[in-house]
Amino acid sequence: MRAQSLAKLLAPLAVGLLFLAAWEAVVRIEAIPRYILPGPLLVAETLWTDGPSLLGSLLVTLRITFAALIAAALLGGAIALLFARSRVLEISLFPYAVILQVTPIVAIAPLIIIWVQNTFLALLLCAWIVAFFPVVSNTTLGLNSADRNLAELFRLYGASRWQALWQLRLPSALPYFLGGLRISGGLALIGAVVAEFVAGTGGAETGLAFRILESGYRLQIPRMFAALVLLSFTGVAIYGALSLLSWLLLRRWHESALPRED
Amino acid sequence: MRDIAEFQTVDILHAASSPHPNPLPHAGEGTAASAPLITLDGVGKVFRGGVAALDGIDLTIGSGTFVSLLGPSGCGKSTLLRIIAGLLAPSTGARRWADGGTGHGSIGFVFQEPTLMPWASVADNIYLPLRLSGVARRAAAPRIEAAIAAVGLDGFAGAYPRELSGGMKMRVSIARALITRPHLLLLDEPFAALDEITRLKLNEDLLRLWQNEKWTVVFVTHSVFESVFLADRVVVMTPRPGRIAADLAIDLPYPRETALRTTAEYGLQCRAVSQSLAAAMAVA
Repeated sequence: MRAQSLAKLLAPLAVGLLFLAAWEAVVRIEAIPRYILPGPLLVAETLWTDGPSLLGSLLVTLRITFAALIAAALLGGAIALLFARSRVLEISLFPYAVILQVTPIVAIAPLIIIWVQNTFLALLLCAWIVAFFPVVSNTTLGLNSADRNLAELFRLYGASRWQALWQLRLPSALPYFLGGLRISGGLALIGAVVAEFVAGTGGAETGLAFRILESGYRLQIPRMFAALVLLSFTGVAIYGALSLLSWLLLRRWHESALPRED
Repeated sequence: MRDIAEFQTVDILHAASSPHPNPLPHAGEGTAASAPLITLDGVGKVFRGGVAALDGIDLTIGSGTFVSLLGPSGCGKSTLLRIIAGLLAPSTGARRWADGGTGHGSIGFVFQEPTLMPWASVADNIYLPLRLSGVARRAAAPRIEAAIAAVGLDGFAGAYPRELSGGMKMRVSIARALITRPHLLLLDEPFAALDEITRLKLNEDLLRLWQNEKWTVVFVTHSVFESVFLADRVVVMTPRPGRIAADLAIDLPYPRETALRTTAEYGLQCRAVSQSLAAAMAVA
């Protein structure tokens, strides 16, 4: 069992190291110029030297990401509650939620940036549009998935709608909501980055996405890679944090949080 | 709801025999006829889409009796139970409490599945009916404890449903149903999904509880042996649409213990019920 979990950790690590080594070797043997493809060692070095200034930009992007994620959780949850409350509302509004979800954000971001004066708000809105849907659709599904017999039991004991919501439907929906939130976390980051790409520089504060663009224009490819690495680590960290949150909330009772018996 | 605790059922087991209130073609000699608790008058149920589940059910359930509804799968037993519970309205006919009340909050219901809230501990699951009627957790604590002890789950108050076996989950479900001290306990094939050994044990434990608490019980099953072992009255139903085919008194003294299962009397009663069931199947 322990040897197995060790293997689970080591296997992807080995693959990663092999890939990096091959990359470094190819760059050195073929003498590829750094403005075409920098080797991983150079990227790491750039990450170290440019780190402080990149981290400042990352913070700007993270602020938008987290604001969008929190808005997605709150507003998405609220919309799902409305849908669960009223079937009419759900049928009439759900298609528009789908339309918002499937419309490419790159296409509507320029409009939003023109319409909304405040840059932060504009970026937040873009990121939110990308991120809110999984929370809405998952939570709606969860609210409607409460055990039928339990619902009858609540009726038998004269539970009010409010009691049924708090004590039955919300706990039933929690695993679904958390599952949606995990998807939304990554999407919020993507939404924030895409919005920054479209918006360009946001005055004094520039996010990581703009730093990537800028590095590209100036052929500072190592810095571009460093920013990219930072961005993907951030995405992984967000996913990890939300998974941890989900595990903490569900570990006592939900199947998804149980250790596998294999 | 809060005054259910004070509710006293008549000691029907020792009440004098009186003629059955609603004699039926095959009605047996009433052993435990008693004051009626609830009456169904010509109850029928047709579901949307035209499926007739029940037809012309006349049934009076005496206070303190243990009635078993026996019939093949899909004969509308569960539908009938839901109508008795008030969870479903009959299409025709009426359901009446003998005391003229609504019976609200005085019913305990046990489903075929344990139907527990997975996010709540055993104690919190059992607390649910009291919680919904506004009893504070602290005030309810002694009753929860007593209910846990009554179904033999001492030491499991803090456990979660997923940590329990199927039989233990069913015990939690029964404890939850009895915490309100219901007048009427309705069980919908509660042990059908359990293994034989667990089922027999739970049968005996349920009988013991019934004798201590003097509830009225309606127990839906498709097992002849189970219905004869438990009930003092077996109501046999026909296949869909469910009608009452026979109403048999089970003349076996309580307390009924494991040894009863091997006696000749038990065998005879099982045979009589089996024959009624076979006749009911043939009618359809």
